[in-house]
This record gives sequence, structure tokens and C-alpha cells, in this order.
Amino acid sequence: MTERIIIAGSGGQGIMLLGKVLAEGALLENKFVTWLPAYGPEVRGGAAHCMVTISDDEIGSAHIDQADSLIIMNQVSLDKFKGRLKNTGLMIVNSSLTKPDKNIKVNSGDFTDTAIGLGNIKVANIVALGCYLAVKKIVSPENILKVIRKMAPRDKPELLKANIEALKKGMEFKND
Amino acid sequence: MPKILMSGNDAIAEGALRAGCSFYAGYPITPQNELTAYMANNMQKRGGVFIQAEAEVAAINMVFGASAAGARSMTSSSSPGISLKQEGISYIAGAELPAVIVNIMRGGPGLGNIAPSQSDYFQATRSGGHGDYHCIVLAPASVQESYDLTYLAFNLADKYRAPAIILGDGMLGQMMEPLELKNQSPCLAGRQAKPKTKPWALTGCAGRKANVVKSFYLKEGDLEKLNLKLQKKYQEITAKEQRWEELFLDDARVVLVAYGSMARIARAAVKTLRGKGRRVGLVRPVSLWPFPKKAFARPKNKYLVVEMSYGQMLEDVQLALCGEAKIEFLGRSGGGVPSEEEIILKINKIYNG
Repeated sequence: MTERIIIAGSGGQGIMLLGKVLAEGALLENKFVTWLPAYGPEVRGGAAHCMVTISDDEIGSAHIDQADSLIIMNQVSLDKFKGRLKNTGLMIVNSSLTKPDKNIKVNSGDFTDTAIGLGNIKVANIVALGCYLAVKKIVSPENILKVIRKMAPRDKPELLKANIEALKKGMEFKND
Repeated sequence: MPKILMSGNDAIAEGALRAGCSFYAGYPITPQNELTAYMANNMQKRGGVFIQAEAEVAAINMVFGASAAGARSMTSSSSPGISLKQEGISYIAGAELPAVIVNIMRGGPGLGNIAPSQSDYFQATRSGGHGDYHCIVLAPASVQESYDLTYLAFNLADKYRAPAIILGDGMLGQMMEPLELKNQSPCLAGRQAKPKTKPWALTGCAGRKANVVKSFYLKEGDLEKLNLKLQKKYQEITAKEQRWEELFLDDARVVLVAYGSMARIARAAVKTLRGKGRRVGLVRPVSLWPFPKKAFARPKNKYLVVEMSYGQMLEDVQLALCGEAKIEFLGRSGGGVPSEEEIILKINKIYNG
């Protein structure tokens, strides 16, 4: 098994963090994993993406040309990366910030609106991760929860709660 | 020991700290900034000295000074910054001082770009500055190796009193991978060299003869004497410190040769081709200087060198094989990275030829 995932959105949407949480989860399951960020002059509001590869075997290139899955958080990223998905690939799209496109098959959810509903727009990334995990059984949600608990700042319990809620809400989007 | 997720840049910094590096000076440049940032965050906490220098030239000369005083010292940069450091590296080699220099290569020439590249191979392995000298050059291919080889680089630099280079690239520096912080001695940073371990160091000469650290020899014959001493040292390093990894060489019809990030992709291609019954092998040089000529002692029929350059390590493979095998080349540069598919295509083309 080798799963190559490109995660893309706007700087400030927690794109890098989404990838790191997923990668840390894979590490907990003793899988081979690489995480590669876009490391140009990335800025808040500009384009941001990272590439995560999870495998049972040694990983060659950390760079992904054709992805098994895309997690797309805004329109610019959808336009930029939709051609990078394998034919049989999985596309997870944030419908809050993208226009519907009948030509591509997607699993979508209004991640940003859901996050606003939870009281913190910043957890939209974890809503998206939940949606992905519900479709692709690559890393168990329990291990992702462990990672979130480990990463969350101790002095902000409300942040941990929002992220756990976000993951759960995201998993309910499964609409394949 | 549980593994942690870390980037190549961070792993090099942590490897250096655990090797007892107590002095770091650097100047920011992508794609190695995380290394400098890691040192800024951690060096002082562990009792060492971190300096963000005003320029690359200043940083390498600070390393020169710290090393002369006996500290395990290091600087890091990326291609254009490493070009600036060449004068200092030559001085360090001439003064027979240990130091570790990290080059996380990016596209060139000139200011180039920030994409991964391997086009500084000549500069690293052929004494990038002036004079007849060599740096020990180690090329990690994973985050784990970035950590392990940095640790080794400090030991080799001290052992041979010579500068050692860690030659990585943007992809390796930026990507995160699981890393085991092997049970190595905790940080010894901040401790001055004991005269016992570095009797040549400038540690204050009260009660002993003064040490002199220099690379300037005007008296007739003196500089030649130094050069002969250096050459003897380089011969010893060449005999003892060749490192490489090999895969499926026994029955290989075509042997891929690649190092660093490129070797990961080459290895993936080898595995795919083996799955299809193609007898393909791999030699991955880990030390680039000394180049692992021993890995080519029993030449196979055909070799394919793959690099993120237009053929630099290729020349060392040609020298090692001395015309005894057919050598093909696949290379891209300026940010282009040969893909697994490109390698497979090339192998299929030459396999039966």
C-alpha cells in the first residue's frame, strides 16, 4: 500500500498542519511516511500546499506528481491541482470556498462553514481531515485523535475540544 | 526508542548538537533556514553559542576561529551561500582544522532558484576554494541519515583535522520523515576542548608552549611540506573512509548509481523493475569524497548514473570504472528531478543493448 496525498489551500488555512497531523498519525502506526511542504515565498492568503506519502514500504520521492488523493480547501487550489489526481483518485473538496463542478467527481463538505458553526474557523482543516479519514482507511481516527491531543496546547482546552469536534463532524461528511 | 517526525534540516541540527557542536554561525538562505532556526532555538539552551552572522563570509570565518579554539563548530547554507564560504573553507583546510559545513543544495548557477539540486558536486568534492585540499563529503539520503551522518561528520573532522561537508538538497532538508534519535551521548555543548583531545587548539598557553594555527607559510619549502602532509592525510582518508550502500549487485545487468534524494528515487525504480524480473542493481555513494571506488572494483556490464545535475558524479564513476564498463547518464537540473518513470524508461531502453 502506498497512498500519495496532496493537500492544498490558502496560507493560513492550516494546510501544513493538516498534513503534519496525518503524517504523525501514520508514524503512530509504524508506517513509512514523508511530508514535504511547498517552501517558496508562501504567505497568508497566498497559495499553500504540502505532500504526504504513507506506505508499507520505503518511500522514494517525497514529491508527488500524480496523487491518489487530493484535499482541496479553496478554488485557486482546485484549479491548480485537479489535473494532478490519478483517474481512480479521491478528491476531497471544501464546498464553502469552491464552485461546484459537474465534470469532476468529488467528496465535498462545507468545511469552513462547519468550522464557523463550531465557533472556530481555523479548525476547517481538521474537518477536512475527518472527511478524508472517513473515506480512506489509511490511518485510524483514534490515532489521529491521539496526535491532536498531543499537539494541542495544554493551556487552551477549548482549542482541543474544537479540534476533536471538528474531526467528528468531518467524518460525518462521508458521502461516497 | 520511539521515532519522531522531523525534517532533514532539523535532524542535521539535532545531530550536530548531540555530537557536541558548541558553536554555530550562519546566515539565512532557503531551503536550509530551518537548520539555522533550530540552532537559534536550541544552541544556547544547551550551553553553546549561536550567532546569526552579518554574512556568509563572516559565518565561515567565525567557525574558523571557534574551531581554532577547540570547539566543535559548524555553519550551514545553500548553494550561493556556500560559494561565498569557499575562501574560509580553504583556510580551514590549510590550517588543518576540523569543521562541519552543511550545503542544502538549490538550483544554480547564480542566484538560481530554491528547488532541490545536486549541481554543487564538483564544488564539494574538488576543493571548492583555492589550493590542493579536500573536504570529507557525506551525502545523506534520508532524514535518519541526515542525523547519523552529521554526527559522523564531526567525528571524522576531528579525527583527521579536516573540514567535512554534509551535502544534501532542498527536498531532503525540507521533508519530514520518522527519525530515531539513537542512544548517543547527550549534548556536551559549551565545554572547551581538553588539551588532551585537541593538543593543537588555542586554549590559552599558560604553562605550555604556545600553539600556532595558520595557513600562511612564506619560508621556502615550508608550504610544500604542509601540502605533502595534507596529501598523506588524504591518502589515509581515501583508504579508510569510503562509504556506500549497494543493492542487488550479484546478478545485476544494469547498475544504477545515485546519491542523496536522487538515490531514493533510483531505489524505488530498482524495486519496481525487480518486480518485473529486470536484473537491476544500485550503488549509492554515501561518501562523495572519498568517492567509493571500491564499490566498482568488480565492474558489472552496464551502469546508469542518475543525478540532479548534468553529469558531475558521472566523472567519478568514469574514473572508478576506467573504461571497463558501459556508462549511461540521466540527469536534470535547475529544479528538474528525474522521476521513477523516467529512470525506468531509460533502463528499458538500455537493458538489452
